[in-house]
Amino acid sequence: MARLELQAVAHRYAQRSSLGTRASTQEAARYALAPLDLVFREGGAYALLGPSGCGKSTLLNIISGLLRPSEGRLLIDGKDVTAAPPQARNIAQVFQFPVIYDTMTVADNLAFPLRNRGVDRRTIQQRVAQIADLLELTPTLGKRASSLSADMKQRISLGRGLVRTDVAAILLDEPLTVIDPHVKWLLRRKLLQIHAELAVTLIYVTHDQTEALTLADQVLVMSDGCVLQQGTPEALFERPEHTFVGYFIGSPGMNLLPCTLVDGAVLIEGQRLPIAPDLAKRAAAQSEPLVLGVRPEFVRLHASPPDDGANTLAGRLNGVIDEVETGGHARTVFASVGGSRLAIKVTDDGVPAVPGARCSLELLPERTILYAGGRAL
Amino acid sequence: MQKPTDNRAWLLVLPVLVTVAFSAVIPLMTVVNYSVQDILGPHQRTFVGREWYQHVLRDPELHGAFVRQIGFSLSVLALELPLGIGIALALPRSGVSSSLCLVVLALPLLVPWNVVGTIWQIFCRGDIGIAGRAIHALGIDYNYTADATDAWLTVIVMDVWHWSPLIALLCYAGLRAIPEAYYQAASIDGASAWATFRFIELPKLRGVLTIGILLRFMDSFMIYTEPFVLTGGGPGNATTFLSQYLARLAVGQFDLGPAAAFSLIYFLIILLLSYVFYTAMNRQEQT
Repeated sequence: MARLELQAVAHRYAQRSSLGTRASTQEAARYALAPLDLVFREGGAYALLGPSGCGKSTLLNIISGLLRPSEGRLLIDGKDVTAAPPQARNIAQVFQFPVIYDTMTVADNLAFPLRNRGVDRRTIQQRVAQIADLLELTPTLGKRASSLSADMKQRISLGRGLVRTDVAAILLDEPLTVIDPHVKWLLRRKLLQIHAELAVTLIYVTHDQTEALTLADQVLVMSDGCVLQQGTPEALFERPEHTFVGYFIGSPGMNLLPCTLVDGAVLIEGQRLPIAPDLAKRAAAQSEPLVLGVRPEFVRLHASPPDDGANTLAGRLNGVIDEVETGGHARTVFASVGGSRLAIKVTDDGVPAVPGARCSLELLPERTILYAGGRAL
Repeated sequence: MQKPTDNRAWLLVLPVLVTVAFSAVIPLMTVVNYSVQDILGPHQRTFVGREWYQHVLRDPELHGAFVRQIGFSLSVLALELPLGIGIALALPRSGVSSSLCLVVLALPLLVPWNVVGTIWQIFCRGDIGIAGRAIHALGIDYNYTADATDAWLTVIVMDVWHWSPLIALLCYAGLRAIPEAYYQAASIDGASAWATFRFIELPKLRGVLTIGILLRFMDSFMIYTEPFVLTGGGPGNATTFLSQYLARLAVGQFDLGPAAAFSLIYFLIILLLSYVFYTAMNRQEQT
């Protein structure tokens, strides 16, 4: 167990021409990972969430030592391990596709990392039995690992990380990608259980927000090599610091409405919406384009007042319902306000929603966030 | 539901049947035909039954050739497999150097077989060959035309030179197909280079190695051209393998009956041994 610290870590993949020489455009090469300071607390469950190519796997490989960062330092318990190879670090990693040693039995697979480190036979037996029990692999211990299903193989991969008593953190790189949906949740619950029992630091990479939000107590949302926001799942949901976070998390994502500032209120598609005075003051200082964000959960749908046309009710937008999606316990209503489109989650069955009908939308002021240049004000 | 049947569909199979008949079935039946008759002229033939088979199987020359053949095939397999795997592991993984290595490696495979024999025949001569003279210069008495051991060594080294690249290329392709994650997992698990080879690379090479072993076994078991050009089967019968024995029977002595009988036995031996190899390697995989 240990504390992981990244100090100004950054990485660019060197662009090489086909002749194996460094291309002159190397200076222009984009950061795969922009300079980053991060601390992973001992025993925490972290998720790195972001779309493909956002740098989350790069970050993971830097931590495990498979990749050496082009800049910055990595400390484990205060010790600089930036240059140390994976073997010399107390890090375990589970990959997207289950990696198992085909010719070995499940027990040998689990014992492999310990044997390589010269652990004595008795301890190996104990650890393997213990971890097999935890992962419910005991009945398969004597079987050839290659004969098992994908989710069992992934358990073995995880087990190879867990048997080591010295691991500072277990890194998981989209480990549920190839697992059948009906066993995914089982494995996910298993991971939570393991985290609770062993209090081992978990760093979990995924592009699936449900996985990230259910597994982690700290989620780091990444895009284009930058960590845009770090916070609890609640914080990311309730107050996204960046429009990308708002849109990426949530289903459907946050409504983002371009707007302009006019004396203490914002103008959206020609309609006035008053905002708090101090927010208006901060917004006035910004030169970048303003966007108003509100989650579909925090918009209330009302029938249009009879005398519409003028905004008789403050804090409401007039719109037209386009589409109604019925699903499970809530309906998702899509409405147009001028040229913009809003999603609204309607949980109350009493509210009528018919496509083509006019409506009045109430944006809960305490849940409405104003962004300038993508950043929350 | 009743499936429609139309016997005219058999006509579509006819071209294949005809081709296979001419390329395989008819020649094979001719051989079977020869093997049970004593043919002295176009109108003088008598049915002799199993006689040729018994005759051939009791021939001490055949026994000698068979033992030499097994020895040769096992030796080249034992040398070419580790060497091929070793070369494949040592090859660079990408870039220009890897393409260059592959081309150089493939060169022996592109040389016609009788030319391979000729190259080594000249290469190893004591009077004008580089290798022959170099060995002499080291003070070793070496003459592949007179000494049986020298002849054996030369034939084996020639075959290893000729065919190790095939194993190497197969293994190289097999190694390239191993996903990077396996190596990464191994390094995180603290595996040594040997453990990585033993538990990742070797198991993943099983498929290509099965093909390689089968190909090399069948080919080496049928080897004819290279030793024929290099040593002509000599000195004495030291490097006379099965196919050369067969050629001598059929073309040298015109004993068509025994030659035909032996051809069939030869064919069955190769079939049987290949089957044994194949099942042995597959069984290992299943347990």
